[in-house]
Amino acid sequence: MHAYESEFREPLINGLDKNYTKITDDLVAPTERNSAAWWIATLLTGAGALFFVFCLGWTVWFGIGTWGLNKTIGWAWDITNFVWWIGIGHAGTLISAILLLFRQRYRTGINRAAEAMTIFAVICAGMFPVFHMGRVWDAPFIFPLPNTRGPLWVNFNSPLLWDVFAISTYFSVSILFWYSGLMPDFGTIRDRSKGKLRKWIYNILAFGWHGSAKQWQRFESLSLVLAGLSTPLVLSVHTIVSFDFATSVIPGWHTTIFPPYFVAGAIFSGFAMVETLMIIVRKLFKLEDYITINHIESMNKIIVLTGSIVGIAYITEMFIAWYSGYLYEQFAFYNRALGKYFWAYAWMMSCNVLSPQLYWIKSMRRNIYVTFILSIFVNIGMWFERFVIIVTSLADDFLVSSWAYFSPTWVDWGIYLGSISVFLFLFLLFCRFFPVIAIAEVKSIFRTSSEVAKAERAKAEGAAHGGFVLKGALNKD
Amino acid sequence: MSNTTLPNKFVVGLWDHEEVYLHAIEHIRHKGIEIYDSLTPFPVHGLEDALGLKETRLHTAGFFFGATGTTLALSFMTWVMTTNYPIDFGGKPYWPVPSFIPITFEMTVLFAAWGMTLTYLVRNKLWPGRVPRIYDKRTTDDRFALVFNAEKLTDAQIAEVKSLCQTEGAVEVKDKVFAEGEGL
Repeated sequence: MHAYESEFREPLINGLDKNYTKITDDLVAPTERNSAAWWIATLLTGAGALFFVFCLGWTVWFGIGTWGLNKTIGWAWDITNFVWWIGIGHAGTLISAILLLFRQRYRTGINRAAEAMTIFAVICAGMFPVFHMGRVWDAPFIFPLPNTRGPLWVNFNSPLLWDVFAISTYFSVSILFWYSGLMPDFGTIRDRSKGKLRKWIYNILAFGWHGSAKQWQRFESLSLVLAGLSTPLVLSVHTIVSFDFATSVIPGWHTTIFPPYFVAGAIFSGFAMVETLMIIVRKLFKLEDYITINHIESMNKIIVLTGSIVGIAYITEMFIAWYSGYLYEQFAFYNRALGKYFWAYAWMMSCNVLSPQLYWIKSMRRNIYVTFILSIFVNIGMWFERFVIIVTSLADDFLVSSWAYFSPTWVDWGIYLGSISVFLFLFLLFCRFFPVIAIAEVKSIFRTSSEVAKAERAKAEGAAHGGFVLKGALNKD
Repeated sequence: MSNTTLPNKFVVGLWDHEEVYLHAIEHIRHKGIEIYDSLTPFPVHGLEDALGLKETRLHTAGFFFGATGTTLALSFMTWVMTTNYPIDFGGKPYWPVPSFIPITFEMTVLFAAWGMTLTYLVRNKLWPGRVPRIYDKRTTDDRFALVFNAEKLTDAQIAEVKSLCQTEGAVEVKDKVFAEGEGL
């Protein structure tokens, strides 16, 4: 019935007291209790989100001049933040879609929260280019809408337009993927809720799900096809984001390595953000049995892989700049590493390339404190990567007279920190009212990958071999 | 939507282990007893085979939705760039197919995903506010249920179904009666 799994593979659901009832209880519990810590965090981040709105209002009222942009550096923190958030928004779909296609069972513990994170990150990301337009009320014209000016259409040759399509498709497909998975779990919450109002609300959220065989059959078909569609989609989104730079003629941007390098970087930063949040969530909501050290180690392996890919990309870029013999390219890269923004490059290199190398050591991969600190480092490093690419390439222009330096204003800071607040605020709401872990999916791996199942099989095997129990079966450190 | 055509009296058997449940389904179907519905807390592998369900055509629908998106995107961009508002970009071709590829791809995915999801909701009769028929509350928690239409069975047959469920390892067998027009 169930796929055979090696006894030496670590369990993904810990605790010998687990059964389906206990899984439901544990995973629904966070939506059923109130906590002062949650209220404090939500109010604080809510205040931050209001400040975000205030700063955007300030920008719209007084214009883009309130940001630190100048004639030379026309893209700075806005686009840095945009690419940073989009990158963070890559882990969710990667975990749900690609790991589903590769049959990685550890995805079940983290996919729901990662998908939620994706959606919130894309919301934050979208704000930056939209408000960078200046006249936000004209934003709908980024879409090819019929109009009375010609008709004047958008430029289908422009990667900026491709980005509009890529990101809006990514956002809406991520929501479909996320929500179709949530319906059965909302059904679970509905059927155990006591209050009438709570039952009514969760029934609406569940779309009246009741889990008949035909519903599940269609559910599986839908999630498989959505996974198959989202896998190229997630790769296309950051590829297209990288085209925004790669198809330009700015030295430092005009490189063919960008698409794979951006995608690897996006996965890298996305996983880091998943770790930052999940390490807190598993502790606060007592979900250590479902998001195990094994899950964290698996993610750390992806971090060391993608971090190293990004590192190779940095070095390749440097080499090619030298090898090309193209003076402007060489100048741009000299400036990147040793120019006036050398500190940003140093941050990027040490956070993204050096720090993840710690994960070659097993005890580091399995250490929660190290993982938490490193995940923050990676988040910082990936922000600096975008800053380095965007700002250092623009700052020293072709004309010496237009060389400039970018300094953020309070509005830049407010929008950036505000977007982090918006993200955390939405994530906190999600944690309180939605099941943070995909309940039905965790149940579906219970018979293969839980400690209980492994112990049962070891016992059966032991009986067959005259009382000898495989030691590895019960091993979990 | 009226439910007057739906039967209202059922026999419900509940299992607590999916493997026992799957064997039970095979045996019960082997005896020629018709299963009205089956409810599980998660997608149980092998369930559709055990129940003899036909394969869903949802993914085929998805293909056609995707193809619609492809066609629409390509033909719209072609019309704009060659017919409606052709622009000369430094003597480059009016019909730059390579730069249509990203948007065509995104539109394909968008149409396939939305079309499939909406079809899924319609076919599964899911919408906000729908009140489903809950045969047992625990089927979204820890119980695997088989539902038999009691209106089609004689009293003797009902007793047989109940005892069969019990011998096949059901942890609970019960009657369930819905009021006329209750749920869907």
